[in-house]
Amino acid sequence: MTSQAPRDPLAGLYQELILEHAKRREGEGAIEPFDAERFLRNPTCGDEIRLRVRLDGDAVDALGWEGQGCSISQASASVLAEQAPGLTVAEARQRIEAMRELLRSRGGVEPDEALLGDAVAFAGVARFPMRVKCAMLAWVALEEALDQAAR
Amino acid sequence: MLALRADFPILAEQPAGVPLVYLDSGATSQQPRQVLDAEWAFRTQRNAAVHRGAHTLAALATDDYEVARDRIARFVGARPTEISWAMNATDALNTVALSLAEANRAGAVDPALRIRAGDEILVTEAEHHANLLPWQRLADETGATLRWIAVDDDGVWTAEAALAAITERTRVVAVAHVSNVTGLIAPVDEIVAAAHAVGALVVLDACQSVPHRPVDLHALGVDAAAFSAHKMLGPGGIGVLYLAEALGAALPPARLGGSMITTVTMTEREFLPAPQRFEAGTQPVSAIVGLAAAVDYLEGVGMAAIEAHELALGERLASGAASIEGVRLVGPQPGVERAGLASVIVDGVHAHDVGQVLDAQGIAARVGHHCAQPLHRRLGVAATTRASAYLYTTEAEVDLFLDALSGVRAYFGAGR
Repeated sequence: MTSQAPRDPLAGLYQELILEHAKRREGEGAIEPFDAERFLRNPTCGDEIRLRVRLDGDAVDALGWEGQGCSISQASASVLAEQAPGLTVAEARQRIEAMRELLRSRGGVEPDEALLGDAVAFAGVARFPMRVKCAMLAWVALEEALDQAAR
Repeated sequence: MLALRADFPILAEQPAGVPLVYLDSGATSQQPRQVLDAEWAFRTQRNAAVHRGAHTLAALATDDYEVARDRIARFVGARPTEISWAMNATDALNTVALSLAEANRAGAVDPALRIRAGDEILVTEAEHHANLLPWQRLADETGATLRWIAVDDDGVWTAEAALAAITERTRVVAVAHVSNVTGLIAPVDEIVAAAHAVGALVVLDACQSVPHRPVDLHALGVDAAAFSAHKMLGPGGIGVLYLAEALGAALPPARLGGSMITTVTMTEREFLPAPQRFEAGTQPVSAIVGLAAAVDYLEGVGMAAIEAHELALGERLASGAASIEGVRLVGPQPGVERAGLASVIVDGVHAHDVGQVLDAQGIAARVGHHCAQPLHRRLGVAATTRASAYLYTTEAEVDLFLDALSGVRAYFGAGR
């Protein structure tokens, strides 16, 4: 950037992995068939996601999403789509909860890389409270879709 | 204008660790010491319930309260009896729509207020939700049709389109004097003439005009207007509802309670005339005193000088933004008059990410749909980035914004 302070205060937020996923958009598209679908919207910034999940017994078989929004929300959907297939429903829920705890920590929680994998790249978002909802959007959509599928 | 920055303590703050470049006055403005001092003085020396009780302190408080009304009336070219307090402009606009709904529920409807099935309520596609939703609901309740003046690809609408949309069936025309997203200045004179020719009321959302330019409501001839104190150097929690004398006399109140009646029995009620009729319950008196101090401050600087300062900043923002590759300027294009604000779309970068990059450089700009979703849908985006100036904004700040904006796409690798 042309007029930037020597230290990039955004480096903790816009990790290379996040910017890369925001472009790659892993798992984008509507899967068929599917067991549950959730549409979520972040009214403050207009981020939105439509997420579908297909289960195979007790495991996530496939996840697809369509949406628009900021790089944080889109990258987090992409990372989720990369991770979720193959997890049991219980494992997926555990990972969603760990992500929530990490993002709400305001930087006070050491990210569990063994559990979260690439999603630890979002640890920096915890220091930007206005962006936590962006990063959680897809994950909450999956959580609610799993709830729906269980009913 | 530079010297007056010292009156605003917050401008010396560094919330993001770097000097604050505050370009979000369109959302809320900052308050000078004079306003804070006036509120403090009232609270510590004159605070009491107004228009109630006979003790000396109550009389002093009532005096301040009514002097404030006089000052604000004079500021916008109105009579004091035409100025009622509201929570904010949103509240004031809701009051007009709710009162019209109430008028149409009552048995004998004043013909000037009558809205029936097949009648039309006219807004623009660019309205803030506060000047859209109350009219949507009024249309639903009365069976009237909500119509709107369409905007073009830049979010701009014209006087010709407005005049073509006003018909014999139009009962209310509700428009923003200055758009909070595009900075477009509405052709109010032409709208008032056309609306009054068919017996329609004109309701003006003056949130982005009264704080920034000389406004004479009698000269404009509108029937109702609304603006918020917090956008004009005043405190939060207080707004102004202007009702031209004839409308104020005809409209029934939407809220009932203390301080707005003459006689109450267990089954009957009679109301005071405007403005008290529209002021049920205790008002935030110290905030009203603060608003009067804000008006004094603005008049001290001079509204014509503020307008000239902001028109120049608006043009600087617009021409600067339009010249950045990959940045699309919303609203009037450079060279066409606009208020001191500009909203932009950065190709390939979501507004939220734009705002984050700006914030890291101390620049407080607004990102989002600015409470105008239909306009943004028409523009084909969910959100835009808006810089809005005020009397304390400098050319250097505008240039910092433009410089930061020009680096955004490179940061996110857009366009590569």
